[in-house]
Amino acid sequence: MGVGIEVKDLSAWFGKAQVLKEINIKVGANAVTAVIGPSGCGKSTFIRCLNRMHETNPEARLTGTVQVGDINVYEAGTDAVDVRRRIGMVFQKPNPFPTMSIYDNVSAGLRLNGYHKRRELDAVVEHSLRMAALWDEVKDVLKKKSGASLSGGQQQRLCIARALAVQPDLLLMDEPCSALDPISTGKIEELIFQLKAEYTVVIVTHNMQQAARVADHTGFFLMGKLIEYDKTEKIFTTPSDKRTEDYITGRFG
Amino acid sequence: MPSLSRPLSLGRRLRNLCFMGLCGLAAILVLAPLGAIFGYLVYKGTGSINWAFLTHTPRPVGEAGGGMANAIVGSMIVLGIGSMIGVPLGIGSGIYMAEFGGSRYVNGVRFTADVLNGVPSIVVGIAVYALVVLPQQHFSALSGGVALGIMMIPTIARTTEEMLLMVPNTIREAALGLGIPQWRATLQVTLRTASKGVITGTMLAFARVAGETAPLLFTAFGNQFWSLKPNQPIAALPIQIFAYAISPFDEWHRQAWAGALILIVLIVVAVAAVRVVTSRGNMVNND
Repeated sequence: MGVGIEVKDLSAWFGKAQVLKEINIKVGANAVTAVIGPSGCGKSTFIRCLNRMHETNPEARLTGTVQVGDINVYEAGTDAVDVRRRIGMVFQKPNPFPTMSIYDNVSAGLRLNGYHKRRELDAVVEHSLRMAALWDEVKDVLKKKSGASLSGGQQQRLCIARALAVQPDLLLMDEPCSALDPISTGKIEELIFQLKAEYTVVIVTHNMQQAARVADHTGFFLMGKLIEYDKTEKIFTTPSDKRTEDYITGRFG
Repeated sequence: MPSLSRPLSLGRRLRNLCFMGLCGLAAILVLAPLGAIFGYLVYKGTGSINWAFLTHTPRPVGEAGGGMANAIVGSMIVLGIGSMIGVPLGIGSGIYMAEFGGSRYVNGVRFTADVLNGVPSIVVGIAVYALVVLPQQHFSALSGGVALGIMMIPTIARTTEEMLLMVPNTIREAALGLGIPQWRATLQVTLRTASKGVITGTMLAFARVAGETAPLLFTAFGNQFWSLKPNQPIAALPIQIFAYAISPFDEWHRQAWAGALILIVLIVVAVAAVRVVTSRGNMVNND
């Protein structure tokens, strides 16, 4: 089941440049939350702070607290590897492991964490690929074809299946459709809609129509600050902040 | 307005032809010596290769027959020891340079590797003589392996580094994002993605040291008799070839040719075998 997120006073830096300023936000469980804003506003950094991917950059540092379900993400005793096992991530560019088969890609998260029960792996792979709406297209070539041999849209769904296979509580998506054509985008949006029955989803997007279509709540980021966070409908019809209105009506960004 | 749809001028077509011809010629000039050497080896060597050559040890001068069985096996042993030392250390330091250490220290390691790559092989032999042979008070297969292993390290380290740096960062992020520990992500995802190039580098290093004579002269030393003991002097093909080639006996000359041919065949077989074995389980992009 999905879990809620509570972020308090989150600030993040790359070297001396502050990219996030005192973010406070509560995200509900089993809902889709969109993060929108112009390039460089800190929205990608924000979701990378949720699963401790931010710190993989040697220049990075941050302050504040993040609570995801029962995990206090930045508590001293919390291991980043554990956090990432429970928070799945889908990246902007499809990034399947090129030397692995489709099957090995999906099962990578489990296998490389020492899980090798053949029968159960088979079941997880099928379930994840079905969830990602890719099963029917690849079921006959699971072990014959490389992950990289699929089309861009299929690769991205493969990456979603790979993230789902470790059964995370929360799924983060960093502009998952920005490299895809409209048909693949449509498939993934439909998928996001279905995923919220079992997961909490946070999605960063450049595409405001996409946010309007898939998200229950939307947060608008500008220059490292969370300007407004509300029901998606409210943000796109009657935003309370002037800057949000300017952005969604296309006056800047 | 100038139009680009006009036919290409005669001069341009001639120049094109001319450069294509030059490139083809260059390719032939590169391949010709290789073909010539191999052809000449086959011509001179095949006559002396027979079952006895592959299964017998050398006979004293004047006695017909005999072979290089001990040198063939000896070469395999020395190369095996060398690979056991050179491959893990080379790949390990390549991973270190590409994935871990801070920039300052990495530059030092890289510079050292490049210098080591340029050190003449006889100098490596002398160093190992001083470090391993003198303390032990005798020549040994082990010391020969150490010498060859040291020579393999820089090539393997630098190619591993280059190949790892070519793996896009998004692949590393994908692995870390799945909650795979860093060491496993590095070995089983990043290194695996780069494995093709890393294996090529390793095989290059292997092939290069397989023919080295100088560092073995005062380490492995050579041996006229059967020996499989890593702690004893051992025969090796390059040393045997060298000794036979400078001898005044025709029979030994013929055997030297045969030994050289066997050495090249062994290298080719080893490289091909490693490629076949390691490519299993790895997918190629076949769409």
